[in-house]
Amino acid sequence: MSENNEPRRSAAPDPDRNPDALPPETQPAPAPEAESGAPVKDAALVTSLDTAGGAMRPSAVPVSAQSGSLPGTDDSDSVLRKIFTGNGIVTILAVLLALILGGLLIASTDKVVAATSSYFFARPTDFLAAVWSAATSSYVALFQGSVFNPRGSGVGGQFAPLMETLTIATPLITAGLGVALAFRAGLFNIGAQGQIIMAGILAAWVGFALDLPVGLHLLLVLIAGVIGGAVWGGLVGVLKARTGAHEVIVTIMFNYIALYLVRYLLDTPAFQRPGETTPISPILDPSAVYPQIFGSQYRLHIGFLLAIAATIFVSWLLNRSTIGFEFRAVGANPKAALTAGINVPRATILVMTIAGGLAGLAGVAQVAGTEKVLTDGVAATYGFDAITVALLGRSTPWGTFAAGVLFGAFRAGAVQMQIQTGTPIDIVLVVQSLIVLFIAAPPLVRAIFGLNPRKKKAATAGKSQKAAATGGAA
Amino acid sequence: MSTTATSPVPGSPREPQQGRPRSEKNHKPTVSAKPVTWKLPVTLLVLAVVAFIFFGLLGPHATAKFGISSGGDFFQLPAIEVPAFLAGIVLSVIMLGLAGYAMFLKTRNIRPPRWLPVLFTVLFVVAFLIWVVGGARTPSISLAGLIAGSVTLAVPIVFGSLSGVLCERSGVVNIAIEGQLLGGAFTAAIVASMTNNPYLGLLAAAVAGALVSMVLAVFSIRYVVNQIIVGVVLNVLISGLTGFLFSTVMQANKEMFNSPGRLPIIEIPVLSSIPVLGPILFKQSVVGYLMYVAVIVVWIGLFKTKWGLRVRSVGEHPQAADTLGIKVNATRFWNVTLGGAVAGIGGSFFTLVAIDSFTKEISGGRGFIALAAMILGRWNPIGAFFAALLFGFADNLQSIVTIIGTPVPSQFMAMLPYLVTVFAVAGLVGRSRPPAASGIPYVKG
Repeated sequence: MSENNEPRRSAAPDPDRNPDALPPETQPAPAPEAESGAPVKDAALVTSLDTAGGAMRPSAVPVSAQSGSLPGTDDSDSVLRKIFTGNGIVTILAVLLALILGGLLIASTDKVVAATSSYFFARPTDFLAAVWSAATSSYVALFQGSVFNPRGSGVGGQFAPLMETLTIATPLITAGLGVALAFRAGLFNIGAQGQIIMAGILAAWVGFALDLPVGLHLLLVLIAGVIGGAVWGGLVGVLKARTGAHEVIVTIMFNYIALYLVRYLLDTPAFQRPGETTPISPILDPSAVYPQIFGSQYRLHIGFLLAIAATIFVSWLLNRSTIGFEFRAVGANPKAALTAGINVPRATILVMTIAGGLAGLAGVAQVAGTEKVLTDGVAATYGFDAITVALLGRSTPWGTFAAGVLFGAFRAGAVQMQIQTGTPIDIVLVVQSLIVLFIAAPPLVRAIFGLNPRKKKAATAGKSQKAAATGGAA
Repeated sequence: MSTTATSPVPGSPREPQQGRPRSEKNHKPTVSAKPVTWKLPVTLLVLAVVAFIFFGLLGPHATAKFGISSGGDFFQLPAIEVPAFLAGIVLSVIMLGLAGYAMFLKTRNIRPPRWLPVLFTVLFVVAFLIWVVGGARTPSISLAGLIAGSVTLAVPIVFGSLSGVLCERSGVVNIAIEGQLLGGAFTAAIVASMTNNPYLGLLAAAVAGALVSMVLAVFSIRYVVNQIIVGVVLNVLISGLTGFLFSTVMQANKEMFNSPGRLPIIEIPVLSSIPVLGPILFKQSVVGYLMYVAVIVVWIGLFKTKWGLRVRSVGEHPQAADTLGIKVNATRFWNVTLGGAVAGIGGSFFTLVAIDSFTKEISGGRGFIALAAMILGRWNPIGAFFAALLFGFADNLQSIVTIIGTPVPSQFMAMLPYLVTVFAVAGLVGRSRPPAASGIPYVKG
């Protein structure tokens, strides 16, 4: 796969296309078509394996995002080098680097830092101490708001932040799984936002409009939500498979269509809460909401258990099922998959449907678990965060799970951080996006920390670039 | 077989299968190698039938009034009064005729001419407008105001789509238009406030947009990270960064950091009082005039100069361009940077012309509409300009619809640009083909 650049370039001076340009002696007199055609056909074959001769684009997602292992690092010989140039260390360093940059940003707007910087050359320690305290106090508050608060009342109070983290992580994990699954099939699902909204609309309507017995009601809410997301995602798959419309554009547009649809519906008598002028729906029936796992003092609901189940399901689907194998094959190389007898359009539609259904699960978690009501902000920014979650998790199910919990912690802690230190929540967006940027470019992170292997530098860099290029085309 | 000149070399393998004889009458038949699809005729027919039923048969029996001149115009024209029902019938019948013509062409396997969908769109929009205004509580609208407002709302979209065109023509997908607009808007506000000079703010916006673009360029070209990933993440990064600095720096001292003066509206005497066209072309801010200049310059640059030929070759076939000695990645880098600068200027429109202060997420998703405009305009600056105008028109109509009170919910008006784009990329409204190498990184060797 990584060699496809050479043949493609040798195919560029195409003798078939322009026979006059060739010097006469290179054109053999008998059957010039057959002679000069042979190598070209060969080249075209190799090229077509990757791009279907230009008719189809290869995978939309880079190899690094599709699989757990990164290309170009497997030929390091020593174990130590493997550790220092491998995947895990890059991920950790990327997080570290993003936190450092975020800390510097916090410090740069801090008043004490500004005050001490005026006499920096007289007493530099003051300045550095101020920078340190500004950054660390924010991060300590972040930690206390997301994992463990020593000032909480009793063990229950101390771990309340952790419960909040998991609550926020629930939609992030399920929507992130949807994005990750589509990534593995080579599709960019930017549309989790819209899928969450559509799921929210259907789930909420079933939740407050229908009167059903306990158990059945919640089940129907769940099914309605998953179907809502699945249809909205599947529609993208159909458009992609039937007309070749690029899924990135279609999903972005679908996000807005869903947003305006929910705004319209919340303006109609069917959805708007009676006697209310703001766009908000009635509260869901008690029989239609997720039960809380650890009692009513925490918001954590069984949606989190469903998120774990969804992770196991996606893990099984991708690694153990035929459909999952087809998804991965299509993601790695659609043309080869087609040649191998895989129905690529079917796989495209199916993977987008399942991805939409997973995002729909996030929508159900929002309306039936956390919010218990439908507003036009039902998806918050979970749909967009899900993309970064999937990228950070390298599109593996459990990686996505861990990334979802991490970003859930950021979100939960940011609220506490804003209250305690006045650092705006937006810093979380900065840190989150920096993490993903750094993780996407391992050579940059290694260069910053001086970890690039010196001897094999050129070879490795070239190789990994090439691999990324072939996988990351589109 | 002798009627057309599609096959320059006799017996070349690309010759289309020509079973039936073709008529060579008035229309120049553009015989395509691929069979003409039913998509366009069927779509047009469906839309025409919709227009006939809703705008025609179920149309309002009122008179829609369109004001043309505003008070201070050089010469006054009377308002146009259109009987809505009759106009709906007439226009939709013409649309049915156009759809029928497209079907007729399809049966002869002739690709419909390019003006057909464009004319259809114009007729549809006019019929829609008459229907909306005719059904309103107060069936009167200022056409001049409507169009002028549309152009104003379209300014940042036009700049954004030009940025997209510049990037994609050189082979880099630019999803980060939203971030470039937002970065431009923020920087324009803060620099203009600190220097008390909106023109410096405009300049700074271009620099900020270029910087955002450089990050995109470095990550996608030097580190070969997937361009869509970088774009999506950059949007989040800029949104977080500007939001953070807005809350910490701008909110703390609004006088100092968030009170940029507005760019003055420069009115060209006499010409600006031409009805309808005057306010659009000759009564704009610097950013507005720059928009027209930018559209023309980018179009000429891309299609009429050596530079443009090189850029397009890099975007279509980087291997071939490299073989001819064009530096592929350098070309891409500088094109992406230039695109960012253009989008940055568009961003300054928000804080220097529209409103004179920055707020969080001030660009409000217009970067994505710009992306849609670029696609609808088929990666052509002029096409993108008109597509952006259409989106500006829909945006403006949405607010007017709520004022004059029509049966159409404003949310559906807001949804319209996105729906149109979905239809466009699905190939239902003509074919749109991106540059061949757009989104594919080029690695030598």
